[in-house]
Amino acid sequence: MNQTAAQHADMKVSDEVAISIENMNKWYGTFHVLRDIDLTVYRGERIVIAGPSGSGKSTLIRCINALEEHQKGRIEVDGTVLSSDIKNIDAIRSEVGMVFQHFNLFPHLTILENCTLAPIWVRKTPKKEAEETAMHFLEKVKIPEQADKYPGQLSGGQQQRVAIARSLCMRPRIMLFDEPTSALDPEMIKEVLDTMVELAEEGMTMLCVTHEMGFARQVANRVIFMDQGQIVEQNEPEEFFNNPQNERTKLFLSQILGH
Amino acid sequence: MADTHAHSVRFVRETMLPQQEPPAAERGAVKWMRQNLFSNLRNSIFTLIAIYCVYWLVTSLYPWFANGIWDAPSIRACREILEGDVGGCFAVLTERWNQLLFGFQYPSELYWRPTLAFLLLFIAIAPVLFRKVFPAQMLIFTALYPFIAYYLIWGGSILVPVMALLGFVAGYMVYARLVTQSFAMGFFGGIIAAFVVWWLTGLVGESTFLALEPVASRNMGGFMLNLMLGTVCVSLSIPFGIALALGRQSSMPIIKWICVIFIEFVRGVPLITLLFVASVVLAYFLPPGANFDLFVRVVIMITMFASAYIAEVIRGALAALPKGQYEAADSLGLDYPQAMRLIILPQALKISIPGIVNVAVGLFKDTTLVSIISMFDLVGMIRGPILASTEWNGVYWELLGFAALLFFVVCFGISKYSQWLEKELATDHR
Repeated sequence: MNQTAAQHADMKVSDEVAISIENMNKWYGTFHVLRDIDLTVYRGERIVIAGPSGSGKSTLIRCINALEEHQKGRIEVDGTVLSSDIKNIDAIRSEVGMVFQHFNLFPHLTILENCTLAPIWVRKTPKKEAEETAMHFLEKVKIPEQADKYPGQLSGGQQQRVAIARSLCMRPRIMLFDEPTSALDPEMIKEVLDTMVELAEEGMTMLCVTHEMGFARQVANRVIFMDQGQIVEQNEPEEFFNNPQNERTKLFLSQILGH
Repeated sequence: MADTHAHSVRFVRETMLPQQEPPAAERGAVKWMRQNLFSNLRNSIFTLIAIYCVYWLVTSLYPWFANGIWDAPSIRACREILEGDVGGCFAVLTERWNQLLFGFQYPSELYWRPTLAFLLLFIAIAPVLFRKVFPAQMLIFTALYPFIAYYLIWGGSILVPVMALLGFVAGYMVYARLVTQSFAMGFFGGIIAAFVVWWLTGLVGESTFLALEPVASRNMGGFMLNLMLGTVCVSLSIPFGIALALGRQSSMPIIKWICVIFIEFVRGVPLITLLFVASVVLAYFLPPGANFDLFVRVVIMITMFASAYIAEVIRGALAALPKGQYEAADSLGLDYPQAMRLIILPQALKISIPGIVNVAVGLFKDTTLVSIISMFDLVGMIRGPILASTEWNGVYWELLGFAALLFFVVCFGISKYSQWLEKELATDHR
């Protein structure tokens, strides 16, 4: 659908489809939160979703791993159509990693246990192997020395990096980020973004809801702008920031880039 | 003005000060008393009044204990020895200790059996209460303990508890086999398998294989009965309470409404009426000749009662958990039983420890209510056979004080343990 983004010269994007969303609609009660969403994500794409609060961007990515239920339309993740069958949902969730705004680490488990829990119970990985994998990813997010601490002992930025490592331990094929830096102090935003940039450079398929426009310029190969539950504009980052077409996009950009 | 100021601002330290003791008035006991007892005039007055009250209590109670009679055949003999002095007649405790602890019908030559069961109880609960101190293998003994305790306390053929155990083992094996397909299939399959085994072994009939002398439930009494009811009901009502709390949160309307109705009904009814139902009314509903043990009926009623309360405590804790915990568990692909067992319940139970302990302590003390349906527990023994006897008619303080002491020791122990556990489980580092 988006030819320019898919064929962008610098970005190694395959034409293998990772997520396809067709005519998806969602209501909260009678409130129409998502309206006629059509979106195809190719493997290896890094997509940033921006928009004013309440525009439905978080809800959109939460529909992809069925944390929210959609009422109409079709979502296909990694070749599996999302249905209400719980087995099917659990299968998709174990392939799709998610990072939350408030980290949502498990406070009663150590950092290492947070990272090994799902591989051991969902993937049935032997404990030893799961711990090795966990240490590998904790090193990757640069906090292996915290492995035996509890989440409450870590700073926000460290907790968010653990949350990323926890998702990666499941070896997901797609990562969803739901405002991963919005709850962080300015100094800690960078350490989390660095981790995400590194992940993007390795070719992970990523969907990020974020207000970090610098991140969008640096790593995204497509920026999607949403308003009132609809995709208003999408383009490759250069074009999106320098030459926005829709009036709402122009207003949004002028407000967040204005100072 | 400007240069004098600049002069006074300039300062360079040349020698470092050594560390010094704080002034005497700011140290240790003196400081503590100044801060807590005599910080101002009003506090000082209250402190003096409190000290006087404690003094008065101790001096008036002391002779009662000091002059106490520990060896006398009756209250009249006590009074003769005391000759009008103030003094407790503790002889009733030394003379009737066996009735207070075991009831008046448990055969005295068999006291070693419940005593042994009581001692083994400590070994059985130790690995549950102190998981880090004791090896996990001890949990095998914990699992076997109910059957051992039954065999020791009630006696009879060893085949009865062994068959009961086999039923549980069969149920668990079927559950473990089927649960990989679906939790519900495993759950109900396990229950059915257990009942099939029990029904089959019931056909074997009476046996005297390795039999201990049997003691009927109606012969149980004294503090032993309170401890038995307390232990059994607390350990049953916690899992039932968890199941009810989860059921009440369920998205399946039938399960949800069954749990809601059960909880609201049981909470809305006094325990006494449930006990009367157990002792009197149930007999009308049972087929004639069916002999359903009174102890079991009482256990069912108290467990129902306590589990409804525990369910509400746990529901509060479940509601207090951030929604993000459920979402994080879901997003990692954990299924419902895994998410509950690994993520939600460990946190929810930790929050609900004070509430659960509150219910458990209340439940343990409520076991004295069975004296009203003519079971001779500790209070029942005191009110009935002992106070009604000609020898000890009128010895209230000593007997009820002894009962209070026994209950206090157990309840205070539970309370202290729960405070320790809360600290032990604290990982939030606030």
